[in-house]
Amino acid sequence: MKVTVLLFAAHRELVGQANTVAALPEGATVETLLSELKSRGGGWARLPARAAVAVNHKYAGGDTMLADGDEVALIPPVAGG
Amino acid sequence: MTWSDVTTGPIDPAAVLKRVGEPRDGAAALFVGMVRNSNEGRPVDGMEYEGYRDMARDQLAAIAAEAAQQAGSDRVAVVHRLGELAVGEVSVAIAVSSPHRAEAFRAARYVIEEIKKRLPIWKRERYLDGEQAWLEGHLPVTGVKDNR
Repeated sequence: MKVTVLLFAAHRELVGQANTVAALPEGATVETLLSELKSRGGGWARLPARAAVAVNHKYAGGDTMLADGDEVALIPPVAGG
Repeated sequence: MTWSDVTTGPIDPAAVLKRVGEPRDGAAALFVGMVRNSNEGRPVDGMEYEGYRDMARDQLAAIAAEAAQQAGSDRVAVVHRLGELAVGEVSVAIAVSSPHRAEAFRAARYVIEEIKKRLPIWKRERYLDGEQAWLEGHLPVTGVKDNR
């Protein structure tokens, strides 16, 4: 399956891109995706551990199952207001 | 009906206030957030707000609905701005009306506190000396991931 990954703010600058596509095995979770991203090295490997994840606009835990076509966002600590 | 939006255009707080208020309401609370000219003693020139706009819209609608339920009033209006803002410009406006003041104050407070906890928006301060930095934010409680 393929999922779209979005990056924002400090994450986007660290990696040098705002989005990417990740190919994952069936049964993959958010955790699987994060491992795949980290294994890319460079800025990906240096992404801060302190981040939340959203799947299709909803905050999601590491054990959340992913499906083909999902939009997954890495959410750095938020600072609205 | 609650109303919420995430926009790149200027915010008019009076227009947000006009979205609430019915004959049964005796109180309206209006909260306005603005860009401040300093942070921790450092002079600030302006602020850039970046957002995950689609998700921020969903989250803001959910926050408004929660506030409405708590206040027992569906007269809740909230808008958050994205983009480049100068000192003094409005970044967020929240209006709530209800029969009595306590519910209106409480609901408006709830909306701004939840925005700070979970709205996927980030801000970068530009300082007068030319430097800039992303502000330390709050890690959303849901879906915390801290051991990868």
